[in-house]
Amino acid sequence: MISTASLQLSYLVAAVLFIMGLRQLSSPRTAPKGNATSAVGMLIAVAATLLAFHIVKPVDFLIGVGAGTLIGGVLALRIQMTAMPQLVALFNGLGGVASSLVVLAELTRPKAAALAGSSLVAGGLGILIGNITLMGSLVAFGKLQGVIPTGAIRSRTLPWVNLMLLLASLAFSGALIGAPDNPVIVLSLVGLSLVLGVTGVMSIGGADMPVMIAFLNALSGLAASATGFALHNEVLIVAGSLVGASGVILTNIMCKGMNRSLGNVMFAGVGIADGAGGVVAPGGGIVKQASPEEAALMLTESELVIVVPGYGLAVAQAQHTVRQLADELEKKGVEVVYAMHPVAGRMPGHMNVLLAEADVDYEKLKDLDEVNPMFPQADTVLVVGANDVVNPVARTDTSSPIFGMPILDADKAGSCIVLKRSMRPGFSGIDNPLYTNDRTMMVFGDAKDTLVELVARVKQS
Amino acid sequence: MTVELVGALMVFVLAVFVGFEIISRVPPTLHTPLMSGSNAISGITIVGAIVVVTAGYAGVARWLGVAALAMATINVVGGYVVTQRMLNMFTSRKKSRKGDRS
Repeated sequence: MISTASLQLSYLVAAVLFIMGLRQLSSPRTAPKGNATSAVGMLIAVAATLLAFHIVKPVDFLIGVGAGTLIGGVLALRIQMTAMPQLVALFNGLGGVASSLVVLAELTRPKAAALAGSSLVAGGLGILIGNITLMGSLVAFGKLQGVIPTGAIRSRTLPWVNLMLLLASLAFSGALIGAPDNPVIVLSLVGLSLVLGVTGVMSIGGADMPVMIAFLNALSGLAASATGFALHNEVLIVAGSLVGASGVILTNIMCKGMNRSLGNVMFAGVGIADGAGGVVAPGGGIVKQASPEEAALMLTESELVIVVPGYGLAVAQAQHTVRQLADELEKKGVEVVYAMHPVAGRMPGHMNVLLAEADVDYEKLKDLDEVNPMFPQADTVLVVGANDVVNPVARTDTSSPIFGMPILDADKAGSCIVLKRSMRPGFSGIDNPLYTNDRTMMVFGDAKDTLVELVARVKQS
Repeated sequence: MTVELVGALMVFVLAVFVGFEIISRVPPTLHTPLMSGSNAISGITIVGAIVVVTAGYAGVARWLGVAALAMATINVVGGYVVTQRMLNMFTSRKKSRKGDRS
C-alpha cells in the first residue's frame, strides 16, 4: 500500500510522461520513443493505482486485465495495415465505453446517493460521451469494413432528431443529481446516448470518414476526462484532455482539407443523388483509354512523375507494388514523388501509413502546399485510386458541393494517367472532368494488377 | 462550486492548452500514429476501472467494473502495440531499403 500523496505524485509523473511522449511524436525519428514514453506513463499510473488500493477480489482484476490484454494484443499484432482505420475506430469506441461503464459501476454501487452533485453531472456526461463514442465508432467501423452502406444520407429531420436526443440526454444527466440511483433515469440516459451515437454517424459518408474518425478520437478523450471529474481523478482529467485537444486539432485539419465546417460534415451529406450542380453528364466528354504499355512508356520517358495515392490504393492493397514501380522508374533516372492530400483515404494520415509500410521514404511524401507548384513541371501524374482530391471542379465550379476544397492540381501536369476500376464517380458522387481532359489517359482495371503489369513493362524497356 | 471542482477545472483547462501546443507541431505523415497513440492514452480510464474493480462491489456494479477494465485494457494494450508497429515502419526503411524484393 502506498499513501494518497505517493499516488498523486505517481499520477503527476504519468501525466508528464504522456506530454513528453506526445511531444516526441512530432518527428518520425523520435516518435517510436515517444510512444514508449507514453506507455511507461500508463504503466506507472496503473501500477500506482494497484498499490494504493486494496484489491478485494483479485480474480475480477485478473479476468478484466487478462481478457483485455489477450484481445487487444492479438488484434494489434494481426491487423493488416490496410484495415487500420477500422481498428483505430474500434479502439476509440472501446475506450469510450470503458469510461461510460466506470461511471455506471459507480452509480450502481451501494451508497451511490452520497456522490456530490458535480460528480454526478460529470458522470452523466461521461456516460453520454462514452456511449456516443462507442456507437459512433461501431457505425464507422461497419462503414469502413463495408458491412454498413457507406453512402451519405441527407435528411432534413435527422439533425433535429439528433439535437432532441442530445438535449434529452443532457437533461437526464442533470436529473442524476436528484436521484443517482434511479434506474429509470440511468437507463434512459444510457439508451438515448447509444441511439444518438448511431444516428449521429449513420448519415456521414465514406469520404467524410477522416473527419469523423478524428472527432470520435477527441470524444474518447473527453469521455475519460468527464469520468475523471466524476471520480475526482486528476490523471484521467489530464490524459483525457490531451487526447481531446489532439482530436480537435486533427478534426480541424481534416475539415480544412475539405473546406467544410464540422457542422456541415455532420449534418449535410455531400453529393446525394439530387444531381447537385457541377457535374459532367456521363458520356459528356471523351474518355481516352490507354493500355499498360502506353502508360509504361509515358512513365519511363518522364523526368518527374508525381504519384497521387487515394483510397483505391488501400482497397487494392497496392502500396508495395507502387513502390516497386517507383524503384524501377528511379533506376531509369526518373524522379518520383508522392502527393499527399490531407483527406485522401479514410482517416488522417492513412496514405502515409500505407506508404510507410511499403518502405517509401517519407521525404518523398509531399504535402499539398509543397507539391502543387510541382505539377506544372511534372511530365506525368499517376493517380492511383484517388478521385475527389484531384477533381478540378473544386477550383472552378461554384455550384459544386466540393467547391473550395483544396485539391491536388493533377490536371496541370504534362499528362495524367488514372488507374481506376471503372468510370464510376467517387464517394461524393460527383463526376470528375479530369478523366475527360485531353491530356488524361485512363487505365481501367484493378489498381494492383495494372501496377504489376506496369512494373514488368518498365523493367523491360 | 466546491474548491475541489475548481481545482479539477483548472487542471482540465491547462491540460487542454498544453495539448494544443504540443500537438500542433505533429506533421501530417504522423497523423495516424498520433491518433492511435493518443487513443491509447485515452485508455487511462483503465485507472478508473481499477479503482472500481478493487473496491470489490457486488452484483451489477461488480460486472460493470470488470467489463470496463477489460475494454480499457484492450484500448491500452492494443493502442500502444499497434502504434509501435506503425512507427517502426516509419523508421525501419533506411536499413531495409536495399536488398529486399527487386
